[in-house]
Amino acid sequence: MIARARERPTKRARLSRGAPGEPYLSAYLYIAPALVAYAAFALLPFLWAVWISFFQWDGVSVGTWVGVDNYVSIATDVRLRGSFRNALVLIVFYSIVPVTLALVLAGVMSRASLRGLTVFRGMLFVPQIMAMVVIGTIWRWIYSSNGPLNRFLELIGLEQATRPWLGDFTFALPALGLVGTWFMLGLALVLLIAAVQRVPMDLYEAASVDGAGAIRQFFAVTLPSVRNEIAVALVLTMLGALRNFDLVYVTTSGGPGYSTAVPAFEVYNQAFRLGRVGAASAVGVVLALLIFSISFAVTRIAERDDE
Amino acid sequence: MISRRERTLNYAILTFFAVLSVMPLLGVVLAAVTPPGQAVQGFAIPADGVDLGNFVRVWRDADFGRALWTSFQMTAITVVLSTIASILAGYAFGTMRFPGSTTIFYVFLIGLLMPFEATVIPVYYMMRWLGLTGTVWSVALPSTSLSIAFGTFWMRAFFRSAPRPLMEAARVDGASSLMVLRKILLPLARPAVLTMILLIFMWTWNDFLYSLVMRLQTAPLTLAQFQGYRRADVSGIAAAAILVALPVFAIYVVLQRHFIRGMLAGSMKG
Repeated sequence: MIARARERPTKRARLSRGAPGEPYLSAYLYIAPALVAYAAFALLPFLWAVWISFFQWDGVSVGTWVGVDNYVSIATDVRLRGSFRNALVLIVFYSIVPVTLALVLAGVMSRASLRGLTVFRGMLFVPQIMAMVVIGTIWRWIYSSNGPLNRFLELIGLEQATRPWLGDFTFALPALGLVGTWFMLGLALVLLIAAVQRVPMDLYEAASVDGAGAIRQFFAVTLPSVRNEIAVALVLTMLGALRNFDLVYVTTSGGPGYSTAVPAFEVYNQAFRLGRVGAASAVGVVLALLIFSISFAVTRIAERDDE
Repeated sequence: MISRRERTLNYAILTFFAVLSVMPLLGVVLAAVTPPGQAVQGFAIPADGVDLGNFVRVWRDADFGRALWTSFQMTAITVVLSTIASILAGYAFGTMRFPGSTTIFYVFLIGLLMPFEATVIPVYYMMRWLGLTGTVWSVALPSTSLSIAFGTFWMRAFFRSAPRPLMEAARVDGASSLMVLRKILLPLARPAVLTMILLIFMWTWNDFLYSLVMRLQTAPLTLAQFQGYRRADVSGIAAAAILVALPVFAIYVVLQRHFIRGMLAGSMKG
């Protein structure tokens, strides 16, 4: 109580000092349009989705309150549980593989300053600006029965390895994963090469005077200096692995069976094809929470290591 | 010292991965210019030379002209609305102090991470109730709201770094806060605003989930449908894909730096 009373005048002084002669009411007027639009079509719908997720609802008739049943079914329903398992597999392909590979490559390139990076960066970044529908269209063709990949395998004498990749229970998910690896590798490279190039050269020279070889230098100098960028790359790529509705819709629609079903696709599939709007909302809520916690956790870990 | 061999190796690595990034797209361009009815050769220039007939055919058969126009309208509404709202909100968060500013700003930050999939179901029923499904608004409004989350965050970062003495001097001279924004800050903010507009344009143009759910016949939706019912028509599908990708790609070629800087800096601060 006392502390609060003492705090109040200083807080007010700070406020009026921040905006000289400006009644801070006008600040609310400036943020009002943004806040209203954001609340109406993003924030409130999200809260509404949380509410719907506690109902069994077909989207037409009156829903029935079922408590947390829809969340339980995420753990028990074989298709829904599979979709989250598939998401984990895709995180490996979208995130772990390209970030690790980009880190190693950036490390290899760390000891020479590179010129003419602009052109390479421009090319590496191209997948990032393409619509996922376009990327999905391209890769469906590449993986198709008489598409370029199978043609290539025939050319090098591996006829027995050819198959309709996206129609194969074993290979469909890794095939989609490799699209993610391709999609994310350029981004990770651009991010990490830039970070590695910023590491001062004399750190390497000092390390090599101390007798550290190339590999020791990588772990002792390069890796600690680019920790923040690694965190950013991990967050961006993991979020990409979870927000991949377009790719799955265009290429496999979750098939064959449910071997490529992912949460982002199940939200659509359950709600708009199967009429299970409550369950779909629960998947959407879990997906959002997963995204929030991954971003939070990875940035936290990077910050803690900084100290 | 760095040996010549090491330098050559570096450029070899870069070249390999840069080519890998654009190769699938190159393949699609080659497929699109293969004359209709002729088998697509994979990654090779078609035997009979380049043919642009596929674009004409696709444009006519799938009504791509209208789809591109719908996409354009929807994207333009989103860009205009979210740019105005973001500049105003970013100005308040970046230069003014008011009770609750930190909390409200954190609420906006949630929107940076919010996946479309988590809001699409309620927004669909909302739009149906409003009678807006199938109109450009049913996609433009939700796109605007999530673009605002990014735009506010982006403009706040710019306004925080803007020169305070300049603002204060103008205020002392009796300029209103809106005049300070219009006359002093916006001219300085032009590059930041341009980057923001480009990113919002790209994200909105490329979005697929909302047009699918709201049944708005945008270019990405038209492409998805076209390749669904013309599975064997490789060169036609390729031409359609290029039509969808071309607007963003053309701007990217000219203003590449803005895209890369924006996407990297935007994520870095988040």
